[in-house]
Amino acid sequence: MANLGEEKKEKLKLYSYWRSSCAHRVRIALSLKGLEYDYIPVNLLKGEQSDPDFKKINPMGTVPALVDGDVVISDSLAIVMYLDEKYPEPPLLPPDLHKRAVNFQAASIVLSGIQPHQNLGVIKFIEEKINSEEKTAWVTNAITKGFTALEKLLVSCAGKHATGDEVYLADLFLAPQIYGAINRYQINMEPYPTLAKCYESYKDLPAFQNAAPEKQPDAPASTS
Amino acid sequence: MYQVVVSEFSTSSLYYAEKKEKLKLYSYWKSSCSHRVRIALTLKGIEYEYVPVNPLKRDEFLKINPMGAVPALVDGDVVVSDSLAIIMYLDEKYPEPPLLPRDLHKRAVNYQAASIVFSGIQPYQNTPVARYIVEKTNAEEKTAWVNNAITKGFTALEDLLVSCTGKYATGDEVYLADLFLAPQIHAAINRFQINMEPYPTLAKCYESYNDLPAFQNAVPEKQPDAPASTS
Repeated sequence: MANLGEEKKEKLKLYSYWRSSCAHRVRIALSLKGLEYDYIPVNLLKGEQSDPDFKKINPMGTVPALVDGDVVISDSLAIVMYLDEKYPEPPLLPPDLHKRAVNFQAASIVLSGIQPHQNLGVIKFIEEKINSEEKTAWVTNAITKGFTALEKLLVSCAGKHATGDEVYLADLFLAPQIYGAINRYQINMEPYPTLAKCYESYKDLPAFQNAAPEKQPDAPASTS
Repeated sequence: MYQVVVSEFSTSSLYYAEKKEKLKLYSYWKSSCSHRVRIALTLKGIEYEYVPVNPLKRDEFLKINPMGAVPALVDGDVVVSDSLAIIMYLDEKYPEPPLLPRDLHKRAVNYQAASIVFSGIQPYQNTPVARYIVEKTNAEEKTAWVNNAITKGFTALEDLLVSCTGKYATGDEVYLADLFLAPQIHAAINRFQINMEPYPTLAKCYESYNDLPAFQNAVPEKQPDAPASTS
């Protein structure tokens, strides 16, 4: 009997930190697409992203990073788009051009309008150079402006989820952002009924629930 | 909108041709986000009406674009704001030349490069943020803040692109990464006096854009709303 050689497909590896909203987005995408992966924790608080061993794998020194065989990709948008193009089901972008644009807009509001103003490096700087109250005001302001813009953007096209009745790119960026806003910054969601309704809708979806920070292998026991 | 066209083959019949509405770009000459979109439009040979956004007439602009952000593209009934969303929309509606390569990994590199600019650098150098830092600390602190963001971002971009660069950022064709690099480097050099010596890959890319009309025509100082003294 001939022994057929079988190429063993290497599992995807995700370098992640439980609390990183950027990693959170990618975890949702992987789960949605039913992709198995090895979860490799990188502790951002301890600065493990600067370890030479990690930098050999990901010279960018950032989390999340996806390793797919020889290919290493960092940055949540790049990873999510790569996954969507390589594993097209279910699609993360709708067929309609305008709705696709709305999805990119929503992702962008989070990526460039909110998250950059609440990441570790920035809040450390503000705390050091100004003070702790100013840091809270800064982050709250960024979230408020961003959520106001998202509410305006999505109010007329939201369905069950952000841009219709299917989960798309916008939802992958919204869920972690709203999670962080509620749990870390105690943002009141009342002024943003569309966003609040979207967030509620994710509670029924395993892909979103399994990606939550407190469910990750590196989450401290006290958070579960 | 309809235009009456008289057939050259028949003097007795008239037919109507539908006149396509020109795209409108709401732009600000100095905005690096608007700059990216201007490059995309010119690269694709798309004619557009340049509508400068006047800070004094913001209410009118808000009626067109409730987001209130510049740039905004108006294509008939569709309004798209945010430079990434606009560029992806243009690339999908007008696919030639393509703004993303075919290879999956190279596409990812393009998204990464764009992301480093629009989430890692530009948010820290825009006017409202800079103003806030000056108010709460001082001008030197603001300069250090912006320089730090650009240095970190450019170091990351240099590391990312050094092994896949060609004539341009990710090969011998212009792609998405170039549309984000060019305005960022332009601003870094002209507004923040950044020294490009530590970033030879980026500097070489920037040089290569000098030969491309699509890039040259999009620069801030060549826009209709640029003050006369900048040209």
